Amino acid sequence: MESSISSKPIDKTRVTDHDADTPVSIHDMTVAYHRKPVLWDIDYAAPEGRLIGIIGPNGAGKSTLIKACLDLVPKASGSVCFYGQPYKKQRHLVGYVPQRESIDWDFPASALDVVTMGRYGHLPWCVPPGRKHKEIAMRALSQVGMADYAKRQINKLSGGQQQRVFLARALAQDAQIYFMDEPFAGVDAATEAAIVALLNELKAKGKTVLVVHHDLQTVPAYFDDVVLLNMRVVACGPTSKIFTEENLQKTYGGRLTLLVEAAEAVARGGQR
Amino acid sequence: MANGSITDNTLEWPSWTEITDALTLSDYNTMIVVLGTTLLGIAAGVVGTFAYLRKRAMVGDALSHATLPGIAIMFMLVGDKHLPALLFGAAVTGILGVLSVIGLRSFSRIKEDAAIGIVLSVFFGAGMVLVSLVQQMNTGSPSGLDRFIYGKAAGMIKQDAMFIGITATIVLLGVILFFKELRIICFDQQFAAAQGWPVVLIDLVMMGLVVLTTVVGLQAVGLILVVALLIIPAAAARFWTDELRGMTIIAGMLGALSGYFGSTFSALLPRLPTGAVIVLCAGFFFFLSMFFAPRRGIFANLIRRYSLSRKIAHQNLLRSLAEIEERFGEGIRAPFDTLLAYRSWSVTELRRLLKLASRRHEVTVDTDYKSGLTRSGRTEAVRILRNHRLWEMYLIKHAAIAPSHVDRDADQIEHILSPEIVDELERALAHERQIPPSPHLQEPAV
Amino acid sequence: MNEWNWAGDGTVMLVGLLSACACALPGNYLVLRKMSLMGDAISHAVLPGLAVAFLVSHSREAVPMFIGAVAAGGLTALLTQAVHRFGKVEEGAAMGVIFSILFAAGLILIRQATDHVDLDPGCVLYGNIENIALVARIGETPAAVINLAIVFVLNVLFVALFYKELKICAFDPALATTLGINANVMHYALMIIVAVTTVASFEAVGSILVIAMLIVPPVTAHLLTDRLWVMIPLSLLIAAATAVLGRVLVVFGPVWAGVEVSANTAALMAVLAGLFLFVALFFAPEHGLISRSYHRLALSLQIIREDILGLLYRWQELDVRRTRPAHRDDVLTAVGNTLISRWALRSLLRRRQVQIEPPTKPGDEPQFRLSEKGLSAASRLVRAHRLWEAYLEKHFNLPLDHLHMPAERVEHYITPQMRDDLEADLVEPSRDPHGREIPEEDRP
Repeated sequence: MESSISSKPIDKTRVTDHDADTPVSIHDMTVAYHRKPVLWDIDYAAPEGRLIGIIGPNGAGKSTLIKACLDLVPKASGSVCFYGQPYKKQRHLVGYVPQRESIDWDFPASALDVVTMGRYGHLPWCVPPGRKHKEIAMRALSQVGMADYAKRQINKLSGGQQQRVFLARALAQDAQIYFMDEPFAGVDAATEAAIVALLNELKAKGKTVLVVHHDLQTVPAYFDDVVLLNMRVVACGPTSKIFTEENLQKTYGGRLTLLVEAAEAVARGGQR
Repeated sequence: MANGSITDNTLEWPSWTEITDALTLSDYNTMIVVLGTTLLGIAAGVVGTFAYLRKRAMVGDALSHATLPGIAIMFMLVGDKHLPALLFGAAVTGILGVLSVIGLRSFSRIKEDAAIGIVLSVFFGAGMVLVSLVQQMNTGSPSGLDRFIYGKAAGMIKQDAMFIGITATIVLLGVILFFKELRIICFDQQFAAAQGWPVVLIDLVMMGLVVLTTVVGLQAVGLILVVALLIIPAAAARFWTDELRGMTIIAGMLGALSGYFGSTFSALLPRLPTGAVIVLCAGFFFFLSMFFAPRRGIFANLIRRYSLSRKIAHQNLLRSLAEIEERFGEGIRAPFDTLLAYRSWSVTELRRLLKLASRRHEVTVDTDYKSGLTRSGRTEAVRILRNHRLWEMYLIKHAAIAPSHVDRDADQIEHILSPEIVDELERALAHERQIPPSPHLQEPAV
Repeated sequence: MNEWNWAGDGTVMLVGLLSACACALPGNYLVLRKMSLMGDAISHAVLPGLAVAFLVSHSREAVPMFIGAVAAGGLTALLTQAVHRFGKVEEGAAMGVIFSILFAAGLILIRQATDHVDLDPGCVLYGNIENIALVARIGETPAAVINLAIVFVLNVLFVALFYKELKICAFDPALATTLGINANVMHYALMIIVAVTTVASFEAVGSILVIAMLIVPPVTAHLLTDRLWVMIPLSLLIAAATAVLGRVLVVFGPVWAGVEVSANTAALMAVLAGLFLFVALFFAPEHGLISRSYHRLALSLQIIREDILGLLYRWQELDVRRTRPAHRDDVLTAVGNTLISRWALRSLLRRRQVQIEPPTKPGDEPQFRLSEKGLSAASRLVRAHRLWEAYLEKHFNLPLDHLHMPAERVEHYITPQMRDDLEADLVEPSRDPHGREIPEEDRP
């Protein structure tokens, strides 16, 4: 379906190499849902060991960016590499915190069960998680201050606590690069503070963290780098340089209507 | 046609010895039947747990209906005798049905619910067409096909029971082996995919086990009701536990019990369709669980909610008395009207609360309804008040919530606060040195 | 029986037609509200209602059956809601739990009743339509015809009178509530209508056909149209067609096939409905798989055509003195020498947008050039491309070598209106970021 917007023979000379030192390099990535492009020609290289905020209005494709990086939605074109290799080969280096609403919290599982699932990527088929993995999961839980709730059923946790369980699960993945999809959405102040502390801890360990974020006020305080996204990368780089009034105006202001119009024209293209 | 009266009930009730014989499996044939259906119940309950949690339960309905054309075709080809061939045909068209549901859902604008309805009715219609043709041909007795529709456990022979036994073993082994994989795709498919688990393949394993169970269960419960064995024990088990392993085991047990009692009853009352009796047994366990399960049952929830609201009301009473003491001095007897104005409670409610509190020796009530705290009551009241204010202050300091909104929140949360959190709050507020006064103490006019 | 008999076969056809249409009417709303399975559930769950009605009234009169159906239909909807809400069981599963329990209870009750009433579990599923033929042949009007006619009229009235309410409840129940339409009442009314229809059709065609007719014709109609007022009559038409064709096939099928056996009419109708759906799935004008692949093909053809136009435009722009003419191979290689690109080139020649000119040097291959017509089409395209590049450069601060590909993908979709908007946004640009001229808008 998406083939028509990428049916061009790719001009090889333009494809830059994916750098083996860059944690995440995205090259010319386009993603479309039902032909309608939601992300256009994304080019981005994440610097190592930084906290990176992905900022943009609703419908800007922030979550899609993460999902496309993790091969969860198909790319119409382009490629993503993790330290110079495709995701398939580097899964063990990548941790993922999906949106909290993406799952049914009434599932029969305890907090510890959920966090232990973060270890499944390190286990072969049919092998249950052993004591070693449970201990790692338990440590991850205490790292987010949830050790007391290990045995509690997940739907008896508050929203913030559920979010912390998700973070602990990502920690248990023991990765180099973390993708977090709106971890601050709908959490209480205590959890927000705990998450920020955790992000800084990860950074101190040299991990690279990409966080989809929607609260503009806290951006300068939380993130070293930002990616301003609205279907395209409007601007990216160190927060101090990029997070300016002008760039925000560009990202959030109505000046990109032509981009939206073009996306809709592409979507209609197949039905004319 | 309606020539009889309802009172001449032709259903013969079994004698007591027949009942005990059946329940203790003393008759060989009954034993085979009961064993078969019990094993089937285990398999269906166990695999049904995952279908239920993956929200695929109704796909099972499409699957079971779609087995009919396969059975009819094999019946035309090989006749009634060759059971494995019939079941093989059933599995083939059943899988075709499931694939059709998936195909309709993903390649057209048809939604899943409609796709299930389409597949089950059209496939079943095709099956009926074939059956009606079979009936007019002279090969074998077509009534042989009826048992696949409504189930006829009574006709089960040793070979059938063995068949079911093998299936149950495969299902149990499959679920034990792939427990981790099934758990993660049922819980969070995206996370599983991001970790590199082949979601489609694991789904296929699960649906494969469902198909196996369904096909083998056709003879015992019939294709219309076999889906009930997949759904009902699983849904019932969910009421008893919050843990997947436990839920799987309980679902298997409930399935087994349904099969055991269902087939025993229908052995005693041979005129009743076995499938229906088994499903009714499962339904009985379902409602039993829904109402009376201690963890998530309706009654348990009601009791829990009632006792929580009573506890909150009691604590509110103590807190109000403590606040009054704080303002007017320890040991003050609070007049009823003062107390009544303190919170939005009714006269009868407050009287009842006072009575309950005095029965717990935390409050003494005078004849004119003046009340005061006892020593033990005071300790408790001060603890509650302290928790409450700590929390209030914490919220103000950290969450920037307007003070006028604080109190209500604090009311809700302080009753749920654990001692560890209180310690944590105290540490967080260590620089305050003392328990802070309520930020809106001057507000309520007494 | 291989001869058409109007008294017998006509009546059977009428019964099939009435029940199919009566089911398809409320079915439209079930499908649109994503509650198709509720139809499945109710058509199973009316069984105990019927059985109790038999056992209590000792008769098969319409009134007790009607009451039993209403009670059972309402009970199914209510219990499903209750189990879903209070038991926190997912809705689909709650439906499965309730309808299978009720159906099981119904089967047992029917067994009790069969000694008194000739109703066997078999005919619950696939009806007794051949019996109706026998009754009709001896000149009686079967009760089913009258019952079904009444129910059909009732359903038509229901849909006609509450057209607006049903529509809004199907579209957005929350909105309906704010507009003062009680979506809950409409929900239960629909469920009861389904139950009553089921019962009336039961005896004749069985519950399986009821499910088929509730769901399949509306879904088929929905594949063919996007309008509710077209969808409903269309679903009736499809339902009627299955009934007519079904009976005709039952009567004449054996003659044509040269066999002695004929199929059950009701079951055959379900299969025919499935066939119609299958056909619609492929051949529907807009949502059909074939039309969708055709559009996709047409689109890629157009894109390649436009690519050739753009290529020749640039070629001619760079090469004013025609020192290096464009040959066939050059053109095709540039657009990925595939079957479809050769096809696109042929179609451009046919449209006279590209013309073949004799070689500039003797012995050379003929060269391809844009015609007057082709030039104006190509200039619009190149204009779109370069405007887009300029737009991206202005707003996204992209390096020069990252502008071409995005513009290459979008140029085909940019409408004249958008070209004007882009121009306005860029304030009269004359050159793209690479310094190449942006052609003037070529207004016809």
